[in-house]
Amino acid sequence: MSERARSYLRAAVTLACAAALYEALARSGWFAPALMPTLPQVASALAASLADGTMLGHTVSTLYRVLFGLALAIVAGLPLGILMARFRAVENFVLPLASALMPIPSLAWVPVFILWFGLGNTVAILIVFYAALFPMLLNTWTGVRAVNPLWLRAAGAMGAGEQALFWKVIIPGASPFIITGLRQAFLRAWIAVVGAEMLAASDWGLGWVIFDAKEFLNTPLMLASLAVIGAIGFVFERLMFGSLERATVLRWGMVRAAKG
Amino acid sequence: MADFALAATTETEPRWRVIGRTAFPFLVVGAIWEIVARAGLFPPRLFPSLEAIAAALWRLTLSGVLPHHALDTVIRLGVGFALAAVAGVAVGIAMGRSRLAEDIALPLVSIGAPIPGLAYAPLFLLWFGLGNVSAVLLVAFVSAFPIVFNTWTGVKAVKEIWVRSAQAMGADDARLFRHVILPGALPYILTGLRLGLAQAWRILVGVEMLAAVPWGLGWMIFGAREFLNMDVMLAGVAVIAMIGLALEKLVFQRLEKFTVVRWGMMT
Repeated sequence: MSERARSYLRAAVTLACAAALYEALARSGWFAPALMPTLPQVASALAASLADGTMLGHTVSTLYRVLFGLALAIVAGLPLGILMARFRAVENFVLPLASALMPIPSLAWVPVFILWFGLGNTVAILIVFYAALFPMLLNTWTGVRAVNPLWLRAAGAMGAGEQALFWKVIIPGASPFIITGLRQAFLRAWIAVVGAEMLAASDWGLGWVIFDAKEFLNTPLMLASLAVIGAIGFVFERLMFGSLERATVLRWGMVRAAKG
Repeated sequence: MADFALAATTETEPRWRVIGRTAFPFLVVGAIWEIVARAGLFPPRLFPSLEAIAAALWRLTLSGVLPHHALDTVIRLGVGFALAAVAGVAVGIAMGRSRLAEDIALPLVSIGAPIPGLAYAPLFLLWFGLGNVSAVLLVAFVSAFPIVFNTWTGVKAVKEIWVRSAQAMGADDARLFRHVILPGALPYILTGLRLGLAQAWRILVGVEMLAAVPWGLGWMIFGAREFLNMDVMLAGVAVIAMIGLALEKLVFQRLEKFTVVRWGMMT
């Protein structure tokens, strides 16, 4: 058996043991069954919510919020980061503001935004935007500044115009940092959207359904939504950003920087 | 490049110019805020002037309410993070040293890590009740993940040859751990601690809003919303920004410098 297969097997055995342990605890009656449902109950809650389409609805509205906010953050953060790196005046103006706003956790703004924009999608999207903006902005800024000046001069010496320089040298050169920024932005956005949905109750969303299920002590549904949240986070982190990285920076041979 | 040359000359810029340059954007934003607030476009209850916010900040500080909230938040952060640091480093070292511990913990940690911390909040509230215990445990739980991962990576990254040569020279387990493994893994552990603390800070405010703790900045902001006290809320956000900035300057940057300087690593 190969090393890889063996480690998968070990992981499977561990997870089976953990599940069995949990199941034994849940059935032992030491804890209230309402607080610690058995795994079949969680599975059936998941199946039921998937079958009647509510889980899909929650997932779609959460994804809509997170992707909308993330898209806004990219649209704002990427050009601003590039401008900051290219023009000293922009850097001097934006950097102090960014370093003052960045340490404020995005969730601290939730109550403020609720009063300004009312409950609903706007608050969640803006919170996601706030959470995702700074990693995007700062990584782009660092990335563009970290482009090897030798490459710029070489391209300039070979007669590259401003446009060619920008698209062929600066953007690929900064891309490891930009992709790292995107990754961090998504992770923060994912945390922020769940929190914002819990605090700024709307009727749909994975964060909201967990919080709402708490009110009715519907622990199986809570755990089922938790599983869906984990699965989506995993898919985005591993599959999407992993393949994005393989398609761009790995192909361009800039992995080392991407780990920074 | 012109930009780089410029960057070099600004290092020697006089101090007052640096201060002025840093203060300038805040003055501009402050002026815009003040104009919008006084123009009456929005109800002043929802968009208070800077003067009102400063007055609220002053009033609450003098009455001792704001320091009490801030102190509780900081204590909660400290206790939660300390729990996470102790447990996370212990689990991480165990995972790095023992194959069995790695097999047991790694699948569980990899499954738990991609779930955003706040998603666990309602579950913790059900299990441990509203209040401090839930809040601290949740902060500890969430910030433990990066600490475990980095400690584990760090212990794994200790060169096998160092361990073997120490053993050949007769080091027992305790000495091996103290003099070889711990220093070798320390840069990673410090990175993990830094990430863990940042993580803890990011969710603590949200946790305080959800867990209905009696004191705490998150709760103060959330509670002030009920009474439309926007000046109090913004004063709270300002204090949160100050604490966050202090964490950044006093803890993160120092830790970073400490690791970078001592081990010649870039993080």
